[in-house]
Amino acid sequence: MAILVDRSTRVVVCGITGREGGFHTQQMIEYGTNVVAGVTPGKGGQDFHGVPVFNTVEEAVTKTGADAGLIFVPAPFAADSVLECEGAGLPFVTLITEGVPIHDSVRVVNKLRAGGTTRLLGGNCAGIITPGECKMGIMPGHIFAKGNVGMVSRSGTLTYEIVWEMTRAGFGQTTCVGIGGDPVPGTRFIEVMQMFEADPATEAVVMVGEIGGSDEETAAEFVKTMKKPVVAFISGRTAPPGKRMGHAGAIVSGNTGTAQSKVDALLAAGARVADKTSDVPALLTAAFQMA
Amino acid sequence: MKLHEYQSKDLLARYGVPVPAGEVAENGADAKAIAEKLGGKVVVKAQVLMGGRGKAGGVKLFDDAVSAGEFAQNLIGTTLKSIQNPAGMLVERVLVAELVDIAKEFYVAVLLDRAAQKHLVMISAKGGMDIEEVAETDPDAIARCHIDPAWGISDFQLRKLVADANIPVEARSQMVSMIKSLVKAYLESDADMVEINPCAWTPDGKLIAADAKVAIDDNALFRHKGYAATADDSAEDPIEAEAARRGIAYVRLGGDIGIIGNGAGLVMCSLDEVSAAGGRPADFLDVGGGAQAERVKSCVELVMMDEGVKGILLNIFGGITRCDEVAKGVLSALDELEVKIPVVARIEGTAAEEGRKILEGSRIVPAQTMQEAAEKIVQLSYA
Repeated sequence: MAILVDRSTRVVVCGITGREGGFHTQQMIEYGTNVVAGVTPGKGGQDFHGVPVFNTVEEAVTKTGADAGLIFVPAPFAADSVLECEGAGLPFVTLITEGVPIHDSVRVVNKLRAGGTTRLLGGNCAGIITPGECKMGIMPGHIFAKGNVGMVSRSGTLTYEIVWEMTRAGFGQTTCVGIGGDPVPGTRFIEVMQMFEADPATEAVVMVGEIGGSDEETAAEFVKTMKKPVVAFISGRTAPPGKRMGHAGAIVSGNTGTAQSKVDALLAAGARVADKTSDVPALLTAAFQMA
Repeated sequence: MKLHEYQSKDLLARYGVPVPAGEVAENGADAKAIAEKLGGKVVVKAQVLMGGRGKAGGVKLFDDAVSAGEFAQNLIGTTLKSIQNPAGMLVERVLVAELVDIAKEFYVAVLLDRAAQKHLVMISAKGGMDIEEVAETDPDAIARCHIDPAWGISDFQLRKLVADANIPVEARSQMVSMIKSLVKAYLESDADMVEINPCAWTPDGKLIAADAKVAIDDNALFRHKGYAATADDSAEDPIEAEAARRGIAYVRLGGDIGIIGNGAGLVMCSLDEVSAAGGRPADFLDVGGGAQAERVKSCVELVMMDEGVKGILLNIFGGITRCDEVAKGVLSALDELEVKIPVVARIEGTAAEEGRKILEGSRIVPAQTMQEAAEKIVQLSYA
């Protein structure tokens, strides 16, 4: 068991013939992901490393039975691509693209939520991986290992950093979910935490947050009610207010979005909060001993 | 991208928002001519992208065109300093606008509500200089409503909004039409924020935007090329401006340990570690995914532009990024730029072994973990 993706997931890659899309499609195939189709308008009929390319997502779904979309198209066209995936009936779509205009995100995220048929992950995310089964994103596959810890994070490289610590310490993962660094994400911390709480294979959850917004605080409300232990890490403790720290969503405005407010909320909810990334395995050990 | 007041007012006026008559001048003679055209009773406002410009002496009222022109002449070319911006900013233009008689000051803004994932309209009958304080001490004085992403804002919401905010009955219909115009301007311009403060109610019963702030979403500038062309980077730190030209995410933080890493989260975390080890980070720099040697070199160059930097921490977790590429880039940068200060490198992930081999025997100090790297660079830099 895992959440959102597993070995049965059939992936269609939007923007498969682009530089990023092409490179990562090869990496995903090497990892063992079942990439069944690609879409690039105007390049239908071509073959990309053994994957058939179609002009539209609808055609790709009809011909290959794809059930998850992965989007690499440039930011100006990303919203359109998400809507195309929803229109084609895909239940799950991951948007890797960074730099999507905020007004596009607001419209698309609200449309998908109202429709209720398609879950969007991202944008500006590293994707999702269920180790040994399905890598749908841009993360380096070799650092992950199969196990019983669920992970959810706003940051790509920080996920790699912590996963690498976990894997070396013997804590494998059920699924690692990158929700992305944009201010209006398609899927939020609390939603992923709810999925992990319901997933029988997941026995503990690691949550990696950062400054900006209040999604960590909202998730902390749910953590209070969780039966499974939660270990958290928050980056940006020393970031000055008003400065956007790389991610569009990583900005402290006034008194909201500070690392301290997130750490406090998580501690109050009973989560174990790591001071350093390297403390995560020890906190997991402690959590499992208590459980 | 923040727009200047005059640009903001031009934009809002195109959407039917009433703004005071006025024009921009780049010298005293033009300022005087504009003031004469407006009848002499004017306000002259420095067009700089910083808060507190009134207190800094960048805004003044006049009764006659000659003194307005003289003031503008003296102001243009000077550097205004405020608490919010101690380094100061050069005044290149002034806005000369007709004086508005103000009976009451309201507040109106449109912005993103991240928690609700929707755009939000906020208004208050208690506008003016102290709106931040009102937000703290009397939050109920600010009324809010969300913009439906599919429908936009509806009349029933606006009727409730102006009533909730206790906008005087006689000002309500003008307020409603102003908000409609603002929302349209906000949505069609891909704005991050539109704010009118003060939104003035005149003794003869007219609502007018006495000041205006508009910021456009940087990610949407491809749809608004006109604004992109007028981008004013004078508000930025010169190294940040150079980084923007090179397409590198760089934020100057004022300390003395240069930080280079890949991925926003990991770089932020590196700053935290350096601070925890007792260091003062000089910058946030994200080399980005898949960086090649050339780009890494360009990053080192940027960090070294900050003359206060005493040491550099390189923290790379290679996913798409190859550690050997990073190692090559750093070595050649240190060589060409004749960098003498200490450098500690922690590289992990894709091609990390190859990368470490490249760095062997160089003057770069290796570290196994991020924490170890932070401690080492702090020790070496402050030795």
